[in-house]
Amino acid sequence: MAVCIAVIAKENYPLYIRSVPTQNELKFHYTVHTSLDVVEEKISAVGKALGDQRELYLGLLYPTEDYKVYGYVTNSKVKFVIVVDSSNTSLRDNEIRSMFRKLHNSFTDVMCNPFHNPGDPIQSKAFDGIVSGMMVQTG
Amino acid sequence: MESLTLSDVEQKYYSDLFVYCDTDNTKKVASNGRVLDLFRAAQLPSEVVLQITELCGATRLGHFGRSQFYIALKLIAIAQSGLPLRVESLNSVKDLPLPRFVVGKNEAEARHAALYQDSDSQGLYPASATAVIPRPPGRGHQNKKGPPTSTSLPVHEVIQPLPPTIESQPEPTSPVVSPHQSPPTSPHSWRKHKRQHSGGNPDRPPVVAATGAVWTQFREPQSGPVSGDGMWSSHSPPLPSQESWVSFTADTPPSSTLPTMHPSSVQESTTIRTVASAATTNEIQRQSSAYDDPWKITDEQRQYYINQFKTIQPDLTGFIPGSAAKEFFTKSKLPILELSHIWELSDFDKDGALTLDEFCAAFHLVVARKNGYDLPEKLPESLMPKLIDLDDSAEVPEPTTDVGYSASPVEVTPSKSPSMPSLNQAWPEMNQSNEDTAIVHPVPIRMTPSKIHMQEMELKRTGSDHNHPTSPLLAKPPEMSEEAKLPASMKFVAANTVGDGYSSSDSFTSDQEPITRQRSQSGTSPEALKVVAPPPPPPRPHPSHSRSSSLDMNRTFAAASATGQPQPSTIAYPPAVPPRPLPTQGVSGGGAVLTTTSPQQIPQQPNFADFSQFQAFAASEQDGQAEIHLCYVKGSSGPLAPPPKPVRRRLKSEDELRPEDEQHGPQKSNVIAAVLATQPSIPRSVGKDKKAIQASIRRNKETNTVLARLNSELQQQLKDLLEERISLEVQLEQLRPFSHL
Repeated sequence: MAVCIAVIAKENYPLYIRSVPTQNELKFHYTVHTSLDVVEEKISAVGKALGDQRELYLGLLYPTEDYKVYGYVTNSKVKFVIVVDSSNTSLRDNEIRSMFRKLHNSFTDVMCNPFHNPGDPIQSKAFDGIVSGMMVQTG
Repeated sequence: MESLTLSDVEQKYYSDLFVYCDTDNTKKVASNGRVLDLFRAAQLPSEVVLQITELCGATRLGHFGRSQFYIALKLIAIAQSGLPLRVESLNSVKDLPLPRFVVGKNEAEARHAALYQDSDSQGLYPASATAVIPRPPGRGHQNKKGPPTSTSLPVHEVIQPLPPTIESQPEPTSPVVSPHQSPPTSPHSWRKHKRQHSGGNPDRPPVVAATGAVWTQFREPQSGPVSGDGMWSSHSPPLPSQESWVSFTADTPPSSTLPTMHPSSVQESTTIRTVASAATTNEIQRQSSAYDDPWKITDEQRQYYINQFKTIQPDLTGFIPGSAAKEFFTKSKLPILELSHIWELSDFDKDGALTLDEFCAAFHLVVARKNGYDLPEKLPESLMPKLIDLDDSAEVPEPTTDVGYSASPVEVTPSKSPSMPSLNQAWPEMNQSNEDTAIVHPVPIRMTPSKIHMQEMELKRTGSDHNHPTSPLLAKPPEMSEEAKLPASMKFVAANTVGDGYSSSDSFTSDQEPITRQRSQSGTSPEALKVVAPPPPPPRPHPSHSRSSSLDMNRTFAAASATGQPQPSTIAYPPAVPPRPLPTQGVSGGGAVLTTTSPQQIPQQPNFADFSQFQAFAASEQDGQAEIHLCYVKGSSGPLAPPPKPVRRRLKSEDELRPEDEQHGPQKSNVIAAVLATQPSIPRSVGKDKKAIQASIRRNKETNTVLARLNSELQQQLKDLLEERISLEVQLEQLRPFSHL
């Protein structure tokens, strides 16, 4: 279960960021921001086959003392960042991937909405619902 | 008083009425004016009313207590539904519609009636609704106050022949549109309504009154309850037969109009009316049909929506692209956020375009929202796009895709371009690749080689128990998968390949026993180390190990047996399952083994039996790798475990063995056991006491030294491998930045 989920636009501003409220949200915001550097580095590093899902999923960006940060980038350079608590039973890689997949799917649905302008903050109840489902339940 | 069981709705309704009648707040209602009015409003003959009062006991008490009042209400309902008045019928009648009170009732009651009836409409009204259905249309025309009826007719007519009027409806908020061609007064009044009812339903009563006044102009069929007071009283006498229907109407107006979500009654009904001109005239009909489901779309509404759909997309089976839909619904002047939410609800297949069903659902939601109904969190069932309802098979696949995201994008997107094709294309790849990567883990790599090796081992050994080694090998993959996440497993695989290269080169090429034997003996440790050192990729090392190691082990054991040395055992021992711990364990185990002098017990476990055969081979082969592999294999799997134990027992005294077995566990014992098994003579020699003991001691010591040597060699190999690995990783890191997107 994630403690923070963020969607960052191509221009590296957040479209959607949500954390477990009990914690210090600012810390997560900062973490997500710094993780963008790692994301950029990974994007530039991976060369070859575009559209390969292995490249969409960036994996563990970096672990800190309390939590781990996972990254995922879409083909349109929209980034998803998930911060999970390290104290949690370490989530399997596949679980993280499935979380990203779900995020990606609901993000696509949001994009499909003609009333949503790309680049606007995401305000979708369905998307919120999915994200809530993935967040740590407590708090 | 008989006990009275009321449903929740009835309970609420009755309590409200009681409160209403309880003007003195005494919790008991005297036969005051309100009660009388209420009963009168029930439209029942006075005799019946009298009977009711008698039955409920009010006559006895002289006033209406709460229970009497409830009973009276229930009896009224019974009477209204035409059932004979019986006390027994109080509780026996199921699904009794709520008592209907007409005319003199004030708006609050009407509202309540409507409210409760709406909320309870499902069960209660269908019966009455159906009963009245045939009448409403006609009634609608007639009933509504004189002027309304006159205007209603034109409105009715308006519905069908006036698409343009209908067109105005999508933009109910736009005053410009409403005054269109639609019946002269209606738009105006509608607008007035709108202004009055802007926002939610906060002030119903005042609004109701105001709207009632306005409505009288309209002729709205639904205005019944609101304008009911004056109008109805005037109309009710001439329409006694219609009363039930009138009350029906009054009770149901909110339900009737578009989405009957909120029984907020009058105000909403007015607003609803403002929204859909066609809808209003249909309300009567809708009342009957809408009872079943507040969100249900009536036929007129649907027809209207279809017409609207045609204006955008002439082909009814086609789609409305998102942009066109956006423009269309933006005209409704709803906030973008709400429109976005409506879109999310109605775009069932998430394809960015609306089919006819989806469009109708969206339109319906827009209308509802304009009338003040809150948007639901999930799409109501009645609004779900039917697969075959109006559209063709084109829609059939779409709803199904709603379920599986992974599948849907593939299916849907090809048909509709708006969504992200690249994304969808990526998705199946993602799924597949995921699965592939997931599958990559262990089995394929391990299975075949191990099996092959196992088979080879079996061929070499007569025992069929060699299958056991396969099991540990097989067991390895799961371990692997569990240990390593995807990237890790990949690495492991890669490492395996590396390891395999080693082992294969070593073992495969040296398929023959002598070679392996040599390798085992001389380069046993390095090979063993190489093979064993990358423990994570168990499969590779295993297969190679299994084959070669089996041979080696066999050779080792054979050599050991031949030399009568514990060497084979010692050699075999270190490679036991955890390579690293093995050496130490091996040493210690070997030592322990060596100390034992009573290796008599021959393990009864089949593994041990296998092992003995295996050891027989090992005797001939003596390959450190085999030993290692064997130990490794055995360590990992259960089957091999038993052999070592028994072997130990042979060497040691039973007492010593047992605790040691428990301590060390199968792994070390495997090797040792294997080794020891090759020394069948040892146990038997025990019987010779001293000589045998001394011989065994000697042997054990030698085994010990051999094991120690092997240990050092293995560790050296391990270091080499680690260095290689580090260098490889460094290379990888160097290579990575060079590749660009």
